[in-house]
Amino acid sequence: MDPISKSMITIFVNDQPVQASVGASESLLDFLRQKALATEVKCGCGRGDCGTCAVLFDGRVVKSCLVLAAQANGKRVYTIRGLAGDSLMANLQDSFVQQGAIQCGFCTPGMLMAAYNLLRIKPTPTRSEIRQGISGNLCRCTGYQKIVDAIEAVAKKIVLVPDAPDSMDLPIPAPTDQEKAKAGYLLLGGG
Amino acid sequence: MSDHVIGQRVPKYDAGPKASGLLQYADDFTLPGMLYGKVFRAKVPAAMLLDVRTERAKQLPGVHAVLTAKDVPNNNLRARFGQSTDVGSQFEGLYRVLAEKEVRYHGEPIALVAAESPELAEQACQLIEVDLQPLPGVFDPAQAMEPDSRQVGEKPNNIASHFKIRQGDVDHGFAQADVIVEGTYRVPYQDHAYLEPESGLAWCDDDGTINIRVSSQVIEHFREVAEILKLPHSKVRYLGTWIGGGFGGKEDITVESYLALLAWKTRKPVKLTYTRAESLLYHSKRHPFLMEYKTGATKDGKLVALQARLISDCGAYSALSPWVLLYATVNACGPYQIPNVKVDSYAVMTNTAITSAFRGFGAPQANFAYESQMQKLAQALGLDPLEFRQRNYLQTGEAFATGWIYPRAIPLTELAQKAWSGLGSRGLAEGGRKLGRGLAVGMGSYGRLTFLHDTSRSYVKLELDGSAIIRCGVPDVGGGQGHILCQIVAQELGISLDRIKLHITDSQLTPLAGTTTATRQLMMSGNATLKAANELKKRLLIKAGQLLNVPMENLIISENRVEVGSEPKEGVSLVEVINRLSAEGEELFVEAQFNAPFTDIPASEVLRGQTHPDFTFGAYAVEVEVDEQTGQVQINKIIAAFDVGKALNPAIVEGQIEGGCVQGVGYALFEDMAIDHGVIQTPSFAEYLLPTAVDVPDITVILVESGSGVGPYGAKGIGEPPMVMIAPALMNAIEDAVGVRIADLPVTAEKIRMALARKREGER
Repeated sequence: MDPISKSMITIFVNDQPVQASVGASESLLDFLRQKALATEVKCGCGRGDCGTCAVLFDGRVVKSCLVLAAQANGKRVYTIRGLAGDSLMANLQDSFVQQGAIQCGFCTPGMLMAAYNLLRIKPTPTRSEIRQGISGNLCRCTGYQKIVDAIEAVAKKIVLVPDAPDSMDLPIPAPTDQEKAKAGYLLLGGG
Repeated sequence: MSDHVIGQRVPKYDAGPKASGLLQYADDFTLPGMLYGKVFRAKVPAAMLLDVRTERAKQLPGVHAVLTAKDVPNNNLRARFGQSTDVGSQFEGLYRVLAEKEVRYHGEPIALVAAESPELAEQACQLIEVDLQPLPGVFDPAQAMEPDSRQVGEKPNNIASHFKIRQGDVDHGFAQADVIVEGTYRVPYQDHAYLEPESGLAWCDDDGTINIRVSSQVIEHFREVAEILKLPHSKVRYLGTWIGGGFGGKEDITVESYLALLAWKTRKPVKLTYTRAESLLYHSKRHPFLMEYKTGATKDGKLVALQARLISDCGAYSALSPWVLLYATVNACGPYQIPNVKVDSYAVMTNTAITSAFRGFGAPQANFAYESQMQKLAQALGLDPLEFRQRNYLQTGEAFATGWIYPRAIPLTELAQKAWSGLGSRGLAEGGRKLGRGLAVGMGSYGRLTFLHDTSRSYVKLELDGSAIIRCGVPDVGGGQGHILCQIVAQELGISLDRIKLHITDSQLTPLAGTTTATRQLMMSGNATLKAANELKKRLLIKAGQLLNVPMENLIISENRVEVGSEPKEGVSLVEVINRLSAEGEELFVEAQFNAPFTDIPASEVLRGQTHPDFTFGAYAVEVEVDEQTGQVQINKIIAAFDVGKALNPAIVEGQIEGGCVQGVGYALFEDMAIDHGVIQTPSFAEYLLPTAVDVPDITVILVESGSGVGPYGAKGIGEPPMVMIAPALMNAIEDAVGVRIADLPVTAEKIRMALARKREGER
């Protein structure tokens, strides 16, 4: 694509195909917010520093501002709303609510994604590993503590939604041994 | 009455919608045919603005408006910052919408664009041409105070505001002192760095009313926007959104005056959302202060004199600088009893970024200076820092240096001891690092200045099925400002939380509740809502008493029922009582107003008597490890102890303390806003570093409940105070670890390393 021309792409956002014309430099974040109207994906900085725009893309949690929309052509992207039917995400969402981990809430969708990513790879992290796991996401309200509490409560199964759905059959590859060993914040656009 | 809802850790009203991603923030709203706004800004800090040419920008297809100062009906406002009483010019400043004739700071708005896409709006900005004649900038506030300095603003000199405290005779006091310590302290800019950048969407109704949906802490700015447009106040409406963080940065007008102008001119919906760089570079900051302190004490550890000179850099427009300066002045002596005091404070204009409200509002600046002084004095006297402070705490019934006799609890001895003992036994540092511990205490006000005669209103209505509706114009920044009203209504009227609907932050349809600033909403709107709920409760109990043939004093309301206290089985459902009242034509709604304590407007720059409704007191104890080679600081432990009056929802209260503490850790150690000749050099979070989850430890929060607050149920405000006293606690710990004291924040690793190098040099 030359920089000015636009091309038609299709991205499967929460399993729904969304077709739109995009420019070469348009980010996945802009596509999600403006074309797919997935406003649960937030823009806190637009350059990979804050993590509010994290989504599940191609089996990885990424900062969507650092992915080009065109890169996602034909691929699947899940936001927190798309994962609401997954037991791990549902438990995390409920735990964030119960533990008081949400103040202004603007970082929450990205934090939930980071937490989801962490627990998927490392189901029983220590508090220090939880802090490491969310260190690519900024929060300015909570001081992080109740977010760590909320994630820990899910890991320790202290908080469980009684009628949570079963795990979704997501097209997510199982974590590799290398990923498991690292158990940190994966491939978040290198941020 | 039992605390079945008040005092409980119930989830916030807005937490579920936020966790699901369904709650909409300002930038999430769109309207058909919407245009995108963009602000064209000055790229120099000081200049004469000779001409602005917009023809080429206007000719770009898809551009609907390019506005400059001459298009603004009223471009120069006397900003009165929401106060309804006339408090004099000392507290007012110029709010200029778009630059005219001059540019006072880098980034000052010069023109506004509305276009069909953000890219087009950006392109149009690049076609705007300006003729500027650069002026020598004034960047140093101390120099700007000199009589021969170039005048930055509209005031006769660069001193925008000046306050004094005078008590006793400081010369006499210092003559009595056995030890006198002096210090010069510098505290920096700080950016609010809320994760949600400034954002709004405005449109024009068919009757010409301008509607602004905006992330704002102050929906009462509708009045100022109306004056900018020369419209009746009734023709501008704010529909606030749930705010993605405020901390004072969304207290002044942000995007809404620009949005209103563009929507009014184009008659189309217009959206304007700042980029992170625009937010970091161009919105207001915390005031840098230069503080010169001299404090004296006798050898038995009693303070006898304090003299201080505070200079704040208020930037190119005064914004809330006079208020912030007043708070800093009142806080200058801290919560200590000092017989001889002389404080002079100045807010000085320079050609730099606008500085205004930020959590703490002048208190963290003064606290860093006075608590550093207390530590130095304790060392000079050879006294334990806790013991020395304890000998000097103000006691209930004693007067602050302003002469206000404080009538409520000051449990600082208990707070400091609890925080300190919370550190436990002293361990050993690892890896060759040095371990240190520090403590600091302080106070933070809640409620606006008492001479502003602050009010809030709230409306509560019962539905026939026993559910309830609250309407209150309270903006919610995430601290539970809206939610807590539901807890109050649930407590008083026995209605479960899931049956209460809350409407907030609409300047025309919700009763005006005042600003979400100054840690005031729990006290103000909490009390207004409690008053409304109690009036409804009285009506319910009278009717239930008639139905049950029991005196109303014997009745309680609980879980959707009115019951006889001694015989819980005997009772009547709330629904039945409500329906009887309704059938008899009784009003099932109440709008109530709460008035804060009122005082007179200060007659001069000398501050006397009560200035604030109340203060919240707190203490931090911290343990750090410092690497002497790199200067790196690792925080091992933070213990926070605050008297919150009563914790209406402990999870929310802890969240305020934990969050305020970490924001203060950023202020103390990380957040280094580089600024060169008035130009900020840190436009992203890759340069302006905020604390992340790995930079801070778990914080142990100790809540003390004296019940002495002026909020509902004896609660005190807790939004801002946790920001106040963490920086000196950390500095005191770092000094304890490695023996160097840094007097200018932030205490970066580099500064520690250099101070250690100088110390080694001196020892050689």
